[in-house]
Amino acid sequence: MQASIVTTAPAPHRFWLVAALGAALVALGLGAAHYMEVEGHVVTGMNNHVVWGLPHVFAIFLIVAASGVLNVASIGSVFGKAVYKARAPLSGLLCLAMLAGGLMVLMLDLGRPDRMIVAATHYNVTSVFAWNVLLYSGMAAIVAVYLWTLMERRMNRYSKKAGLAAFIWRLVLTTGTGSIFAFLVARQAYGSALLAPMFIVMSFAWGLAVFLLAQAAVYAWNGMTVPAHASRRMTRLLGVFVAATLYLVAAHHLTNLYFARQFDFERFVLVEGGLYPLLFWAGYVAVGSVLPLLLIYGGDAARPRNPVIASALVVVGAFCALYVFIIGGQAFPLELFPDATTRSTFLDGQVAPYAPSLPELLLGIGGVAAAFLITVIGVHVLDFLPHDASPESGATDDGG
Amino acid sequence: MPGIVPTRWLKAIAFALCAGALAPAALAADPAGRVAKPSISVDRATQCIDTPAVMRRTHMDLLKHQRDRTVRAGVRGEKVHLNACIECHAGPGAGAAAGSAVGSPQAFCEGCHRYAAVKLDCFECHQPKPGSARPAAAARAFIAGTAASQPGAAPGATQ
Amino acid sequence: MSEHQRIDSPPATQAREAVRAGTSRRALLGAGAAGLAGVLLAPGIRLIEIAAAQGARAAGEPASSKVRWGMLIDTTRCASDCNQCVTACNTENGLSGGTSPTDSQWIRKVEIRHRDTGRTSSAPVMCQHCANPPCVDVCPTGASFKRADGIVLVDRHTCIGCRYCVMACPYKARSFVHEPLTAQKPDVPRGKGCVEGCTMCVQRVDRGLQPACADACPEQAILFGNLNDPDSAISRRIREIATTRIREDLRLDTGVRYHGI
Repeated sequence: MQASIVTTAPAPHRFWLVAALGAALVALGLGAAHYMEVEGHVVTGMNNHVVWGLPHVFAIFLIVAASGVLNVASIGSVFGKAVYKARAPLSGLLCLAMLAGGLMVLMLDLGRPDRMIVAATHYNVTSVFAWNVLLYSGMAAIVAVYLWTLMERRMNRYSKKAGLAAFIWRLVLTTGTGSIFAFLVARQAYGSALLAPMFIVMSFAWGLAVFLLAQAAVYAWNGMTVPAHASRRMTRLLGVFVAATLYLVAAHHLTNLYFARQFDFERFVLVEGGLYPLLFWAGYVAVGSVLPLLLIYGGDAARPRNPVIASALVVVGAFCALYVFIIGGQAFPLELFPDATTRSTFLDGQVAPYAPSLPELLLGIGGVAAAFLITVIGVHVLDFLPHDASPESGATDDGG
Repeated sequence: MPGIVPTRWLKAIAFALCAGALAPAALAADPAGRVAKPSISVDRATQCIDTPAVMRRTHMDLLKHQRDRTVRAGVRGEKVHLNACIECHAGPGAGAAAGSAVGSPQAFCEGCHRYAAVKLDCFECHQPKPGSARPAAAARAFIAGTAASQPGAAPGATQ
Repeated sequence: MSEHQRIDSPPATQAREAVRAGTSRRALLGAGAAGLAGVLLAPGIRLIEIAAAQGARAAGEPASSKVRWGMLIDTTRCASDCNQCVTACNTENGLSGGTSPTDSQWIRKVEIRHRDTGRTSSAPVMCQHCANPPCVDVCPTGASFKRADGIVLVDRHTCIGCRYCVMACPYKARSFVHEPLTAQKPDVPRGKGCVEGCTMCVQRVDRGLQPACADACPEQAILFGNLNDPDSAISRRIREIATTRIREDLRLDTGVRYHGI
C-alpha cells in the first residue's frame, strides 16, 4: 500500500472561500444563460451569420481538453508509465469536471435549452451532434468506472482494461468533435478530413497543459512540490504535443493555400481579416506555440515555473486558435457564386460582424468555473493527490 | 439508541399516518369547484371533438399526434386543428376567453394550465390570437357540419 | 337562371321580360360576382394562378414522393431594384422584413457581378430544397427534414436551436429567431430559439396555390411546379433552356434552378 502523503493543507475556511468563488462564477454563468434564454439570442453578439460565438469557443476548448487530460491516465494505464499512472485519478477527475463544464455551456447556449428531453429522445443517426450526445455521456460513465477501478483497491486489477476502454472511447469522442467541422462541406474553413486528427492532437496538447496547471495548483495548495522527474517528463511531452499541433495546423493551411478556390479564405484568415490574423499569428502561433516551445526546450525544464507558464500560454493560444477557427470560419462569407462578387441584404459577399457580448463571456466563464468547482470539491473530499513512488527511484519507470 | 427505542417501527407508523392523511386528497376525483374550467361559449350545441372530460385528459396527445401527421407527412384537413380550436374558443363568441388563447386567467388554454401548473410551449411559436380568414372559415364549416365529409371528421371515428 | 322562369305572367311577356330581366340581371350578377371574387381573392391570389395550380391535396392525404416541387427562376427577368418576391414572402410568412444581422430573411435578392466578364445579374436566393440536404444530415434531433414531396422543412416542435444546420447550409438559407415573437401568422408558426427558412409556402402549396414569391413576381420570373411530372410547365421549360443550380459542384440536387446567372 502507498505511504500516506505529508501535506500542509491550508485552513478549512480557505477551501470554502475558493469553493464559494467557483460557485459564484457558476451562478453568474447560469444567470447569463437564463437571460439569454428569456430575451433570446438578440442580447448576445451572435447573429444569423455568426451563429456560434464565444460560448462555443469555451465549450469546445473544455470538451477537447477534457478528452486530452485523460491522456495522462491513459499513458499510465495503457502504456504502463508509472509516473503517469500515479496521476491517473486526478486526470480522470479533471476529465469529468471539464466535460461537465463544457457540456453545460453547450447546452445552455441552445436556442431551446428546455428541450433537452427532446434531444435525448430523438436521434438522427447521420448527425455528428447526435453521436456526440451518446459519446459524451458514455465518456462520463466510462471515466467514472475507470476512476472506480483506480481508487477502489479491490478493483485495481481491472484498471488496465478500463483505461484501455477509456482511451479508445475518447479517441472516438475527439474524432466526433473534430468531425462536427470536418463534415461541413459548405464552408471553406471546414470540410477537411484533417480536422479530426488535428483535434485529437490538439486535445493531447491542451489537455496536458490544463493538467499541468491543475497539478501545480493542487500541489501548491497542499504545500508540496511536483517531483522534478515527473515535471520534466510531462513538460517535454507538452512540447511534443504543441509541436505536433502546430504541424497539423500548418499542413491544413498549406493545403488550403494550394487550392485556388481556398485562396480567398486563407488570405482572409492569415493576412487581411483584421482580428483573425492577429489572433492566429500573435495569439496561437507566437504566444501559444513558439513561446512555450522556447520555454520548454530552451531553458532547463526541471525548473518549476516553466511548466506553469508554458501551459498557461498554450491555453491562451488554444482560445485564440478556436476563436479564429470557429468564428473566423463563419465570418468569411459563403461563396454562392465562386467567380463573382455578390451583394445582398443578407450579407452575401461580406465579412460578417461579430463582437462577443457580456452574457456570452459570463456563460463561458461559468463553464470553466463549473469544472473548477468540481475539481476543487473532488480533490478536497477524495484522494486525488498523486501518490508517487519514491521520487528518486527510476526502477518502476519504463525508461525515458 | 436503536436498541431501546423501536426507531424502525416509529418510522413505519409515521409514514403510514402521513400517507393516510394525504391519500384522500390525492384520490378525490374532481370535487366541485376545485378544478378550473375553461369558459366555453360558442354557437354550438355539442362538442367539436369529444366530451370535456376526455378532452381534458387527451387533448395534448391529440394535438401531438396531429402535429406530427401534419408537419412530417403533410396531412391537412384533420379534425384536430389548433387554429380551429383557437378560432372558436378564443374567438369573439367566447365571452371572457375572447381575444387570445393565453394572456389572461380566463383565456381558454391558460385557465386550466395555470391551475395545473403545466407550462404551455405551443404559443412560443403558434399564434394564440384568432383572426386568420382561413381557419375561421374552416372552423365555421366544421361547426356547421360541412366538414363531415372529410375522413378525419367521420362521426364513427374513435379517438 | 331557372328562377326567372318561376315568374307568374303570360308566357310571351314572361319570355320577353325574362330575357330583358335576365340580361340586366345577368349583367348585375356578373358584375357582382366579379367584385366579390376580386374582394375575396385580392389577398395575393390571382385567377391565373388558380388555373395553373396543381390542385389542393385531399384532406387526410399525406404528401407523396410522386410529386417533387421545384422552382425555375429566370434571372434575365429580374430587375436589381425589384424586391417584390421578398416583400411577398415577408407578408405571407409574418416576417418583420428587417435586414439587421439578427433578422430572419427567408429569401433575399443577391446582386451578382462576375469578376471575369463584368456581367451583372440579380437573383432571389432562398432555401434550395436539396434532394441531399446537408441541413438534414446534421440535425441532431431530425427536426430539419425533407418532406416526401421534396420540400425541406424545420419541425419546430423538435428543433432545439443548436444552429448546426445554419453552419451546414451552403446557401445560408436558414435563419435563427433571436427574439420573442408575438405577431406570427396563424398558418406559419415560428418562434424564438428555433431555426427557420423558406418552406416553399407549404401552407399555400398544400391548398393548390403557388409560393407567395412566385405569385408576386411582376415578371413571372419564378416558375413553380412539379419536377416529377414531365408535362408540367417547369419540366418542359428546363428541357428547353439552359439552367443551372447554385454550387452545382456540391451535388446536392437542388429543387431550385436558375436561368441566366
